[in-house]
Amino acid sequence: MMESMNAIEVDDLTKQFDDFTAVNHLDFEVKNGEIFGFLGPNGAGKTTTVRMLTGIIKPDFGQVSIMGLDIRRDPIRAKQLIGVVPELSNAYTELTAWNNLQFIAELYGVPKKDARQRAEKLLGKFDLYERKDHKVRTFSKGMKQKLILAMSLMNDPEIIFLDEPTSGLDVMSARLIKDMLLELNKEGKTIFLTTHYMEEVNQLCSRVAIINHGKIAAIDAPEKLKMKVGGLKWVEISFNTSVDISDFHTMSGVIDVRMSADKLRLYTNEPGRTVYQLVDYSRSNDLEIVTLNTLTPTFEDVFIKLIGEVK
Amino acid sequence: MIDQLKRACAIAKKDVSIYYLKGPVIIFGILFPVFLFLAFVIGRDLPVDFLIAGLLSMTIFFTSMSITPVIAPTETQTRNLERLVSAPVSITTILLGDMLASVLFGIGISLVPILVGMAIGVTVTHPFILAAGIVLAAFCFSAMGLIFSSTPTSMTSTVMMISTMVKFPLVFISGIFIPVGELPQWGLVLASVSPLTYITDLCRYSFQGTSYYPIWIDITALVIFLIIFMTAAVKLHEKSLPERL
Ligand SMILES: Nc1ncnc2c1ncn2[C@@H]1O[C@H](COP(=O)(O)OP(=O)(O)O)[C@@H](O)[C@H]1O
Ligand SMILES: [Mg+2]
Repeated sequence: MMESMNAIEVDDLTKQFDDFTAVNHLDFEVKNGEIFGFLGPNGAGKTTTVRMLTGIIKPDFGQVSIMGLDIRRDPIRAKQLIGVVPELSNAYTELTAWNNLQFIAELYGVPKKDARQRAEKLLGKFDLYERKDHKVRTFSKGMKQKLILAMSLMNDPEIIFLDEPTSGLDVMSARLIKDMLLELNKEGKTIFLTTHYMEEVNQLCSRVAIINHGKIAAIDAPEKLKMKVGGLKWVEISFNTSVDISDFHTMSGVIDVRMSADKLRLYTNEPGRTVYQLVDYSRSNDLEIVTLNTLTPTFEDVFIKLIGEVK
Repeated sequence: MIDQLKRACAIAKKDVSIYYLKGPVIIFGILFPVFLFLAFVIGRDLPVDFLIAGLLSMTIFFTSMSITPVIAPTETQTRNLERLVSAPVSITTILLGDMLASVLFGIGISLVPILVGMAIGVTVTHPFILAAGIVLAAFCFSAMGLIFSSTPTSMTSTVMMISTMVKFPLVFISGIFIPVGELPQWGLVLASVSPLTYITDLCRYSFQGTSYYPIWIDITALVIFLIIFMTAAVKLHEKSLPERL
C-alpha cells in the first residue's frame, strides 16, 4: 500500500469551538522518518491540531491516520504507536521520576524487564539518573520537561508528538532536548514538532508547515520557503553623516527604502547592483560608508510574510 | 480487554499512592462520617448491633465515595489528565482504575467498624453475604462519586460541596438512624431510591439476622445502581473531558 509510506496523514481536519474555527480544513502528510515542524504564532491552532492527531480531542470533521490506523476507529492501537509530550502537561509531582516512568510503561503494556532497562537508559541520557528516586515536585522546570520527554519514549514509539517542548526552558535544557530529537530521528523515529520558534524549525526540521488562523500558509523545506519569498533581499548601509532618503528611491532595482536608527535599509531585486550604486553615491557626495551589509531573508522574515498572507 | 484491565490496575496503583492521604479524602471520607455518627448516637439508647450495622454501611458509603470525586478535578488542575488520555487507555479504563482505588480504600476502612463491633461482642451472622455486600456497595458508591466529579472543574472543593449536598440527606432517608420499617409512607418511597438503604439493610441482615427487604432485593438493587452509575459516569466523563484540557 502506498499510504503506509506516510507516518501521518491528515485529511480535511476541522475543529470548531462554538462558531469559532480553530482548525480549518487541514490537509497534509508527514513522511516516515521526517522531523516535521508545525510553526505558527500563539492561537494559530497548533495545540488543537496536535490534540486531534493524538486522539485527545475529536475533530468535527476530517480524518487522521497514524501509521495507517484511523485514530477515531482504532484509537488504542494507534495511540500505542505514538509518544506524546503535551503543551502544558505534567508528570505526577507526588511520584518519583522512576515511578512516573514505570506508570507510563504500565499504561502502554511494556513488559517489566524492558521497562526497567528503558527507564535506566533514558534517565541516564537525560541526566536525571541521580534524582530518579526523588519526587518530581522537587524538580526544576527543565528537569520536568526532560522527564516528560523520557516518559513519551517509554513505549519506544514510532512517532513522537511534541507541543512546544522547549517553550520557557533554559538554554541548556532546550539544547539537550533538541539534540535528543535529532538523535531519535537518526534512529528512524518520525517527529512532529509544534513550535513558535523559527530558529528551532530552521535547525531541526526537514519540512515545515506554517499555520495561522487554523490554516496552512505553506508547507516546504525551510530553505525552499526562504527561496519562495525571494525578492525580499535588502542592503543595509550607514554613512558618517545623515543623508536625504529620497536620493535612494530613484536608484534602479530599489523597491523601498526604510530608515531605522542611523541605518538605511534598501529593499531591492538586485543587491549587487544596488551596492555599486551606493558606492558611487558615497563617492560623488563625499560620504564615508560606516557599515554595508547585504542580507537575504531570515526564516523570521519568511514567517512574517507568509502568515501575513493568510487572513 | 485483559490489557485494559491491567492498565486500569496501574491507574489504581497510581491513585493509591497519590490520593489516599489527601486532605479532602481524610476529611470527607473519615472524619465527617465519624462525627456525624457520634452526633446522632450519643445519648440515645439503641442496640449495639443496630448501631454497628448502621456505622458500617455509612463508612462504606463515605469512604468509597471519597477518592473518586477528588481525582478528576485534581488531575485537571495539575495537568496530568492530558498525558493520561494520550495513552492507549479508554475513558472507561481510566474510570475503572479510579474506582478500584476508591473501592480498596472503602473496603479497607470498613474493616474498622467490623473489628470494633466484634471487639465489643457483636457477632457477624452472615459473613459471606456481608463481604459480598461490602464489595458491591463499594463499587456502587465509588461509581456514584465519579458522577459528581464529571463537572468539568478543577476545583476539588466544588465537587466536594456538590457531593456532600447529596450524601448528607441520603444518610437520613436510608435507615441508618431510623429503621426503614418505622418510616412514614413518603419516607419509604425516598428510601427505596437510595442505594444506601440496601447496603444498610444488608448489613442489618448480616449482623442481626433480620432485614426489611429480602436479601436478594438488596443485592439486585445494588447491582442495578452500580450499572446505572457506571454507565452514567462514563457518558458524563466522555462529554466533560475535552473541557478539562
Ligand atoms: N477548549 C477550547 N474552547 C474554546 N476555544 C479554544 C479551546 N481550545 C483552543 N481554543 C481556541 O482555538 C484557537 C487555537 O488555539 P490553540 O490550538 O491552543 O493554538 P496554539 O497552540 O497554536 O497557540 C485559539 O484562539 C484558542 O483560543
Ligand atoms: Mg499551543
